[in-house]
Amino acid sequence: MDFQEKLVQGLISKYGTDRENLLPILQGVVDQERFLSEDVILKISKAMAIPAAHVYGTASFYSFLDTEPRGKYVIRICKTITCSMKGKNQILLAIENFLKVKVGETTIDKKFTILQTNCLGWCHKAPAMLVNDEVYTELTPENVVDILREYKEEK
Amino acid sequence: MTTTKKQLHRIDLIFKNDEDCKEILRKALSKPNQEIINEMVNSGLKGRGGAGFPTGLKWKLTAESKEKDKYVICNADEGEPGTFKDREILSRVPHKVLSGMAVCAKITGARKGFIYLRGEYKFLVPELKKEIRKFHDILDDLGLDFRVEIFLGSGAYICGEESALFESMEGKRGEPRNKPPFPTECGYLNKPTVINNVETLAHSYTILKFGAQKFRDLGVKDSRGSKVFSVSGDTPIPGIYELELGMTVQDFVDDFGDGDTKAVQVGGASGFLVPRKRFAKTTIGYQGKLTGISLPTGGSMMIFNSSRSMYNVLNNYLDFFEEESCGQCTPCRVGCQQLLKGIRAVKRGEKPTSYLDKLMKLTETMKLTAKCGLGQSVANSFSSIVENFREEMIY
Ligand SMILES: Cc1cc2nc3c(=O)[nH]c(=O)nc-3n(C[C@H](O)[C@H](O)[C@H](O)COP(=O)(O)O)c2cc1C
Ligand code: SF4
Ligand code: FES
Repeated sequence: MDFQEKLVQGLISKYGTDRENLLPILQGVVDQERFLSEDVILKISKAMAIPAAHVYGTASFYSFLDTEPRGKYVIRICKTITCSMKGKNQILLAIENFLKVKVGETTIDKKFTILQTNCLGWCHKAPAMLVNDEVYTELTPENVVDILREYKEEK
Repeated sequence: MTTTKKQLHRIDLIFKNDEDCKEILRKALSKPNQEIINEMVNSGLKGRGGAGFPTGLKWKLTAESKEKDKYVICNADEGEPGTFKDREILSRVPHKVLSGMAVCAKITGARKGFIYLRGEYKFLVPELKKEIRKFHDILDDLGLDFRVEIFLGSGAYICGEESALFESMEGKRGEPRNKPPFPTECGYLNKPTVINNVETLAHSYTILKFGAQKFRDLGVKDSRGSKVFSVSGDTPIPGIYELELGMTVQDFVDDFGDGDTKAVQVGGASGFLVPRKRFAKTTIGYQGKLTGISLPTGGSMMIFNSSRSMYNVLNNYLDFFEEESCGQCTPCRVGCQQLLKGIRAVKRGEKPTSYLDKLMKLTETMKLTAKCGLGQSVANSFSSIVENFREEMIY
């Protein structure tokens, strides 16, 4: 059994095969792999007896259930109004310069993907971003680089 | 801080910590169902998620259903731009929200409850799970057969719409259903379901603790009680504030503005923009609708000063709607795209300014023909911004 097979089996024995558990199972895969490959979708479809088109249809609806390969750390910068007003563009520029990739892209070492997202619910501390599940607020072009440097230099 | 003419009445009910939650719950659970329903109805509490449906009535309708399986769902999807109060309530006073759910479960006969938490708030899960475990022990002691689980969203604003939320929980695309039937009759798994906003449930705890009268004493006719506001934008004091309902936008700006406030967006991207000349005439509450006398709100208050371009604001909202539209119905899917393209074309001079009126008509059509609140409410910000700041759309 390969890693993916084990991951899917583990999630299914944790949650069960009812359709109501599809989202938690897809989320569980994304937690580990950062995205849902075609292979994983087929495995889930088979194990839960849900047509693959339905599994894919559900997955592709949600912005956090990526169906394209993503880096180990997915950076999501809020682009909604308050963050925009409070300097989101400068933050994005600082990140792009530091990681040497553009928004929507993944670094060559597959460590980071930069994405934009809608209001994160931290407008009173704008600008804000997520790195995977972690929230960072009151960003400046300087402190955002410090934050990402720590991720970059880990282990 | 800015100097203020008249300080708004700050309320401290929701976030006040309560050591005696178990006793309050014991007392509430020992009351007959009818008494609890009466108390909720008499309080005048209306839903704090934006739509303002009377909470007591919602509970009553679900209680009356003869179905065996029912559900209580706490809507913690909080995706409306400019709203962040539900996160604060869930992290500071989760036991109040859980108690509200439990009392609702007792009168409706639901044995299972869910908190639908937006994926962006996943970091709350460990702490919330701990609180739920503690709460389950209390329920065991009090003898109520009710269990609460967390269901995590995955980054889709539309899943805050109640029927889309059910679809999402059922493992499907978050596409809103036709209404009727309403959730009280046919909700999660097609069973009768009470779905309430986080704040609504927390208020119900206050009502059960202090009685309907204390709640009614706050606010104005048709808009009873206090409300938690999320204040952001051009203000020296952004944050979360519990205020009495019924204030005018002017009172609000006097307290929270930076002295140069040009407009306030009430109710997030799906709400209304109030320009300076209407501050004094507009109150925040639930009665009255589009005439701009009184605006219902989920509590998002975004303040803009004179350095802000209202074109950029509208462009940002439309970009949001275009992205978050579930795409299920044509008026909304195509409408949002056309609006966004349209205002950009006018700004670039590729379309005549009269094109704005065409776009305004389009939002009216969307209001009438879109399937759910998302498509229907695009007209709110569109027309309130274009009508009041037309020149900024052009130059
Ligand atoms: C597009 C859209 C998004 C919504 N998002 C939320 C939300 O994030 N949280 C919420 O409580 N209600 C939201 N609502 C309102 C819900 O459909 C529903 O009315 C509410 O949860 C009922 O609870 P209440 O009566 O306590 O307000 C949304 C509605 C629409 C149309
Ligand atoms: S109005 Fe928009 S969000 Fe609502 S069902 Fe139609 S396409 Fe989906
Ligand atoms: S606008 Fe960025 S967190 Fe709300």
